[in-house]
Amino acid sequence: MTLELLNYAVAWPEIFLLTMACVVLVADVYLDDENRNATYLLSQLTLLVTLVLIAVKATSASETVIAFNGTFVSDALGDVLKFFIVLIIAIVFVYSRDYLKDRNIFKGEFYVLGLFGVLGMMVMVSANHFLSLYLGLELLSLSLYAMVAFDRDNPNASEAAMKYFVLGAIASGMLLYGMSMIYGMTGSLNIAEVATAINQMGDTNIVLIFGLVFMVIGLAFKLGAVPFHMWIPDVYHGAPTTVTSYIASAPKIAGFAMVMRLLAEGMGGLQADWQGMLVILAVLSMAIGNVIAIAQTNLKRMLAYSTISHVGFILLGILAANNDGYSAAMFYTLTYALMSVGGFGMIILLARAGLEAENLDDFKGLNQRSPWYAFMMLILMFSMAGVPPTVGFWAKLAVLKAVIDIDMLWLALVAVFFSIIGVYYYLRVVKLMYFDDPVDETPIEKSRDMQIALSANGLAILVLGLYPAALMSLCVSVFS
Amino acid sequence: MSFTEGVFYAFSAIMIMAALGVITARNPVHSALSLVLTFFATSAIWMLLEAEFLAITLVLVYVGAVMVLFLFVVMMLDINITRMREGFMRYVPFGIVIALILVVQMVMIVGPENFGLEQFAEPARHVADHSNTKELGRVLYTDYVYPFEIAAVILLVAIVAAISLTMRRRPETKYQTPGKQVMVKKEDRLRVVSMKAEEKEK
Repeated sequence: MTLELLNYAVAWPEIFLLTMACVVLVADVYLDDENRNATYLLSQLTLLVTLVLIAVKATSASETVIAFNGTFVSDALGDVLKFFIVLIIAIVFVYSRDYLKDRNIFKGEFYVLGLFGVLGMMVMVSANHFLSLYLGLELLSLSLYAMVAFDRDNPNASEAAMKYFVLGAIASGMLLYGMSMIYGMTGSLNIAEVATAINQMGDTNIVLIFGLVFMVIGLAFKLGAVPFHMWIPDVYHGAPTTVTSYIASAPKIAGFAMVMRLLAEGMGGLQADWQGMLVILAVLSMAIGNVIAIAQTNLKRMLAYSTISHVGFILLGILAANNDGYSAAMFYTLTYALMSVGGFGMIILLARAGLEAENLDDFKGLNQRSPWYAFMMLILMFSMAGVPPTVGFWAKLAVLKAVIDIDMLWLALVAVFFSIIGVYYYLRVVKLMYFDDPVDETPIEKSRDMQIALSANGLAILVLGLYPAALMSLCVSVFS
Repeated sequence: MSFTEGVFYAFSAIMIMAALGVITARNPVHSALSLVLTFFATSAIWMLLEAEFLAITLVLVYVGAVMVLFLFVVMMLDINITRMREGFMRYVPFGIVIALILVVQMVMIVGPENFGLEQFAEPARHVADHSNTKELGRVLYTDYVYPFEIAAVILLVAIVAAISLTMRRRPETKYQTPGKQVMVKKEDRLRVVSMKAEEKEK
């Protein structure tokens, strides 16, 4: 084997990110607490350069390249997803600074683990091999477990981390067991080779279906689809809000990539089998997520249940199992990640030392305290509910259209029914902001970069809603 | 039944018994020791598969290093078993049902009708001086260099996570710095105050 066979040039963004994460790790050790900002700036610079590297690579060579002896694939889908992952984590980092400083946990480890998590997600997105997919997933999960437990003096965070760790380990075990079954039957771990082997064997092989069931369970755990959703509300609630905004946004994009690589690319031959499983997961997620969210008084828990319902919608697009469905699901995932990071960003904005601002009551009368941020929250809530002209409307529309196109009208009706139930709790937040009197008159004081980023985040959702064509055509072009 | 089959079934039975012991033993030390036995039986089965290098590594690394460390930790900690077992009985029926379903499914699927010699030919036996280690080494740094590197990063993250979660600098802890103690001068510690002598009360 020669070095040319490695083709490592397509992995420049990953290589750069890994190198810089190690540099940040070492540099942070030599910094005093007063100079901790340097760690933050270096991390942001790393993400920025990675973003540029991904963009340069995507525009210069967009054809599919297999590298590292078939363990790594570089294609248009990977480039777009990686770009959004890095962008969204950069936003998370901007939001994190004030929050962490207020709680005396502004430490380098948050950024180092955050960068390693991004690396894990990028590995997952470009996986062409069960082994690299699993290792990327573990890299991400391990970083996330540590980040959840990062605020050591908070018992809620420790409990959440413990739950996340145990359930995550079970899910990984399920996924691995499924992979081992598929490997036993097909004799390969390479996703492309697995796909050809499955096509030859046909979709009636009982061992393949057995392995598929375990894999779908593992994926559902990681995505947080009902009935494997128990960890989501507790983890979202217990973790520091910056970590919640991390978990709730970019990892969903990586999860989407994982589902695409495993189910759509690897096991396209078993589509008839996994379609039925995803229907069950999607319907349950939309039902449980939207109904239980109504009963929540804690905004983080409410957004957690809303995540579950959004995962249901993403699965709707994937189960359509055609290019329209995949691009609709991708559009939904990308816009959802943007909405989610904005939603938790609003909680961070209102939080200050000694106040988490995670209860619905904390948003009472926000319009009187700050009309601009009340408007931003209004856009975010409308977008999550799917009200035009925000981008959430187009995402839901695209997914529903994909489901109707495969003659599953009943499923589209169920989805619409539950999203109408969901509108109630999103609008309740809007009602509290605009029609109730504030209980807390403290002015909102956050650094300028966070204010600009949050405003841009909210406006992006509105602008994408008014002009969805560019992002939509990008998602379509990836799958054609 | 050939000799290898006999060995296989014997070690499989030991492994399953020991694995059951890990979760049912009342004493955490017994659990840890059962886990050692599980690893040992597993490595014997790997040996039957001609995976000598992995079998030896399992014994050396897991039994020799990881589990001994684990035993130390278990002995150091004061684990309240009755509190840990609270609510255990409540979930037992549910757990047994799930486990039974899984076992039945596995028996139905992972059997000779799907994985028997008709479906998969018996792999060729290697000669006695076949080097297992050399073969692993050959692919580890070439074909699997990318997964290998990521595994290394995972270990790095584990180190970072473990240190960041456990290392504390406690400002309230008092400790001595002998260097500073030696440098202390009389003026730093002692202040001579001149006071008027008190008059004797009359």
